[in-house]
Amino acid sequence: MLENIFNAFFIGGIICVIGQLIMDLTPFVITPAHILVGYVTTGAVISALGYYEPLVKLGGAGATIPLSGFGHSLAQGAIEGVKTKGLLGAIGGGLEATSVGIVAAIVLGFSMATIFNPKG
Amino acid sequence: MQNKKIGKQTINFLNPISVVSFASIVGPKEGQGPLGTGFDYILENNLDGEKSWEKTEQKMLEHSLEIALAKKNLLLQDLDYFLAGDLLNQIMSSNFTARSLGVPYIGIYGACSTLVEGLVLGSILIDGGFANRVGVACSSHHDAAERQLRFPTELGVQRTMTAQWTVTGSGAYILEANSEKNDLIITQGILGKVIDMGQANATDMGSAMAPAAADTIIRYFQDTGKNPKDFDLIITGDLGNIGRVLCEELVLQKGFDISFNYSDCGVLIYDPGQDVHAGGSGCGCSASVLAGYLLPQMLKGNLKNIFLVATGALLSPTSTQQGETIPCIAHGVVIQGKS
Amino acid sequence: MADFNEIKNRLEKRWQNLNVLKDISDTEIQSLNQGLQEDYQYLIFLEAKTPDKNRRKMIKKVRASLIEQQNILKKYNQIRYGRIVQKSAPPIPVLKNSLAAFFVGGVICSIGQIIINIFTLNGISNKEASVAAATVMVFIGALLTGLGIYDEIGRFGGAGSMVPITGFANSIVSPAIEFKREGYVYGVGAKVFTIAGPVILYGSLISVIIGLIFYIIK
Repeated sequence: MLENIFNAFFIGGIICVIGQLIMDLTPFVITPAHILVGYVTTGAVISALGYYEPLVKLGGAGATIPLSGFGHSLAQGAIEGVKTKGLLGAIGGGLEATSVGIVAAIVLGFSMATIFNPKG
Repeated sequence: MQNKKIGKQTINFLNPISVVSFASIVGPKEGQGPLGTGFDYILENNLDGEKSWEKTEQKMLEHSLEIALAKKNLLLQDLDYFLAGDLLNQIMSSNFTARSLGVPYIGIYGACSTLVEGLVLGSILIDGGFANRVGVACSSHHDAAERQLRFPTELGVQRTMTAQWTVTGSGAYILEANSEKNDLIITQGILGKVIDMGQANATDMGSAMAPAAADTIIRYFQDTGKNPKDFDLIITGDLGNIGRVLCEELVLQKGFDISFNYSDCGVLIYDPGQDVHAGGSGCGCSASVLAGYLLPQMLKGNLKNIFLVATGALLSPTSTQQGETIPCIAHGVVIQGKS
Repeated sequence: MADFNEIKNRLEKRWQNLNVLKDISDTEIQSLNQGLQEDYQYLIFLEAKTPDKNRRKMIKKVRASLIEQQNILKKYNQIRYGRIVQKSAPPIPVLKNSLAAFFVGGVICSIGQIIINIFTLNGISNKEASVAAATVMVFIGALLTGLGIYDEIGRFGGAGSMVPITGFANSIVSPAIEFKREGYVYGVGAKVFTIAGPVILYGSLISVIIGLIFYIIK
């Protein structure tokens, strides 16, 4: 139990450091949106090539909590979808697999906006 | 008629203009800074009882003018013109302030150079005989500027080492045709050219603006034949730590050494421990430092004459996203104390 | 006022100077710039009063070369200044930033793992626990954003707080809260996706592309 927490810390930390190094060492001005988009698409591609699943086995939450894990779910959802529903699955499978997270974020976004004011 | 222009860009006021009154209001962070004791009013928090940061900024601008007037027992109707500008879209704070003042109004925009643009234009109006008394004010608000120009304030972004912190603050000044008692007078002004040295990084304004400041400073010395030793202090508006060094180097390249009496409002306003990275910026930066620190120092006799060069980066979120480089401008004003 | 052919001649001659910019003085560069400006002004004036389409095209072509020359001069000055800027740029604290990102990212992922462990101990399957944990993390990220804490974490942790799914929640909640003052439709409603929108767009796009590829090769 403790071991998988340590693994999650290590793998998750490494994945985040990669993002930090991209931000600090490349001459481009990189905004949060660039980082988020980059992680999701790269994660999806790595997952489709079959290299992300081993990372999840090793790091658990360390691989699924970073947004590359979101890309992984999108890719695996689409691949699963093709197996079970064919063409329709290819189109809808990705979002189906990630719908809980997305909708949760949207609903929470709205509720937080009704409750809180920006602090600055 | 005598010519009031010297050289290519410098304006020489034949009837020096008095700065009869001034006031500044700043936010809590600026209040905790090294200049905190000099400001007239320090807000308790970034909203100060208003519904939005934009409203807070507008009130700040309005109140600093009211305080400046009240210091000399003046009323709004004593003003011939009100010149103001700020950083929000369509200079919202200034327009909405003018709405409640009932004074003929000239809205100006020069990004963070607005204060000096206003002071020079106001002096021109008075020296030309078009007005007897003019109010000049400008303001900026950190959170209002942040959400308009960059990201939502609650977004977890890391600020780069070159990023500057927009000052929450405002300053107001009352200019008058030279009266008997002239403690502070504006003797010269210089309006700058727009300079673009190809810097496109919107998180590094200091580097973008330094060439504009250097151009104006060099032009002033060339126009007037003066040299840096003629001033107790040469101070730029909001170049911050990085732009300050660059400006000094660029001016030196043209043969003027300003290293011994040169400073920057954006460097002075915060303590390095306040996590502001490269220093302060925004209209409110030079506006509050001039009224809260420089002019009081001059009244005390610690400074005899200063050359304030306020710098502005004339970019918009749209131009940044379209990959345009940043055009910059710098205006200067010479203020003399009791002689 | 110069005449069109003269401008063309000057244009040709100017190329020689532009090729050896390094060797000429600042005042000469300034006079080059001045000459360019004068010629350009006359050309645009000529173009405006020329009704003939073909002749206009010819003038336009010369004007394009003038713009090219202007850009060369501009670039030359800008590159020279760019070098000075680079020299005085403050060093980026790469090591400190990386350690902070590693630590913050690691801690967030460990919390996720602890939540997964609690779910699996209570008999939920591993896959469902992972989805549920992600949702809980989204909630935590949203709450911390609302309380005004997440931006402080982000200022310290950089990518470490941006990359985990809590950062995704932060990117949705922060504009939603921020633009509340502009109303619930054009404020919250329209701005909620300013940062997360691209993620959902490109996420959907890539998932459909992957789906189609697997559909074809199956």
